[in-house]
Amino acid sequence: MLNPVLRDPAALPRLALTLLAVLLLWPGLTLSELNLVVLFDERNATNMGRFLVDFWPLAHDREFLRLLARATLETLAIATAGMALALLIAIPGALLASRALSLSAVHRGGRPAWWAQALRWPVRSLLIVLRSVPEIVWALLFVRAVGLGPTAGVLAIAITYSGMLGKVYAEIFESVDPRPSRALLVAGSPRLAAFAYGVLPNAGAEMLSYTVYRWECAIRASVVMGFVGAGGLGQQIDLSMRMFAGGEVASMLLTFLLLVLLADQLSRLLRARLL
Amino acid sequence: MKPSADKRLGNYALLLALLAAVLASFSFLGIDLGALVSGDSLRQMGRYASSFFSPDFSPPHVRAIGHGALETLAMSAIGTLLAALLGLLLALPASGRFGWLALSGSRFLLNALRAIPELVWAALVVLAAGLGPNAGTLALALHTTGVLGRLFAEALENTPNEPAEAIRLSGGGHVAAFCYGTLPAVWPQLIAYSLYRWENNIRMASVLGFVGAGGLGQMLYVSLSLFQEAQAATVILAMLVLVLAVDAFSGWARQRWVSA
Repeated sequence: MLNPVLRDPAALPRLALTLLAVLLLWPGLTLSELNLVVLFDERNATNMGRFLVDFWPLAHDREFLRLLARATLETLAIATAGMALALLIAIPGALLASRALSLSAVHRGGRPAWWAQALRWPVRSLLIVLRSVPEIVWALLFVRAVGLGPTAGVLAIAITYSGMLGKVYAEIFESVDPRPSRALLVAGSPRLAAFAYGVLPNAGAEMLSYTVYRWECAIRASVVMGFVGAGGLGQQIDLSMRMFAGGEVASMLLTFLLLVLLADQLSRLLRARLL
Repeated sequence: MKPSADKRLGNYALLLALLAAVLASFSFLGIDLGALVSGDSLRQMGRYASSFFSPDFSPPHVRAIGHGALETLAMSAIGTLLAALLGLLLALPASGRFGWLALSGSRFLLNALRAIPELVWAALVVLAAGLGPNAGTLALALHTTGVLGRLFAEALENTPNEPAEAIRLSGGGHVAAFCYGTLPAVWPQLIAYSLYRWENNIRMASVLGFVGAGGLGQMLYVSLSLFQEAQAATVILAMLVLVLAVDAFSGWARQRWVSA
């Protein structure tokens, strides 16, 4: 007789699915060379232990604090300058890529003619390529092209974020009420005027709020990009890590966390005000 | 609706402050945009960029890239799987099942894991476990544990607990109540979160190699360091294809299965 307490009707299929997943993932285990034992290898463990013990007390001598403040300001400046440059590329890109200002679409119920769409394609694919290559790859490339330092970080943020902002702006332009801009276009106004008076009043708040959110992301990205030599806090963390200076790494990680927290609060504040 | 005068004044002040911040940033960094786009440096950059326009498609290199891409996929898959297991383990106390002490402790741990970016974890793990994909897998697992643990804890908190209670009342143990009362309801959500993070992690895994953690990133870093721009261009192309393929697949899968 079956034991009603211990019987699970779905046990067999579940077991089969689990086995299948394990079989599929098995080659992945060898490819990823997963090996937790190295963490407890004696030499590695003592090295790491010494490094971690150094985390406390935090490094806080005067000279280091000055360096830390400079690196933090540099990170903020990289994010801000990168965003400013990104806007310079993103706004024209979005205007060119968006269907919202299409003249041929006005008489066709919002669907542009095929040749108009074909003309938008190059801009759209440029924006896709700009944002699909991760920012840290751009940073690595720019470090080789313009040298170590914040310039590479600024350019990398400018390029990746112009792709993202351009795409999102274009979508925002298309998502707002098209009737004001269409009325202006039909009445013969130039496209930029139709954009400024027909689209922007409705799209502005959303654009600003997304831009502020992206600025917050740019701060995080600029810290990470420092690891390939693009300046700011990340580069200092990388340097201190290579010197096994635990206290400095701990101070800088803490500063990074505070910076992210602060940027988060600031961006929430700004967005609440703008919307 | 007309904004009041002082709100408008505030907005102008805000705009001015933003403009000042941008100008201050440029002057603080000392970036000379004029010099950057001047003839000489632009020509130099152009020469550098043009060396990328002849990607190396020779069979051995393409095979190496294929291996690197597989390694990237494996790192992200195993890392996400580990993170899902660890995340579920930490989500149990973080959803308040074992008292407030365990709750605040596990929440703190999850927040700390999540707050440090993958790349910083990777740099730390490379110090602890040596170069190679193993470090990348562990770094992804650590960060993703923080993310998934928090999402899982929220999912667990939001599931109705009547089924589990019914099992408990009819004499089932805690484990049985969780497995047959709670888990079936949250299961789809847990899977959806894990898949979403996997998608993110594929993108991340392809760049973790910059700090020596294996995958396509390490190939790119090495070939750029050796000034092999042709080889580097192929790796960048492969990354681009990987990212676009993941995007397309996840978009398709979302429409196919998650559309509601």
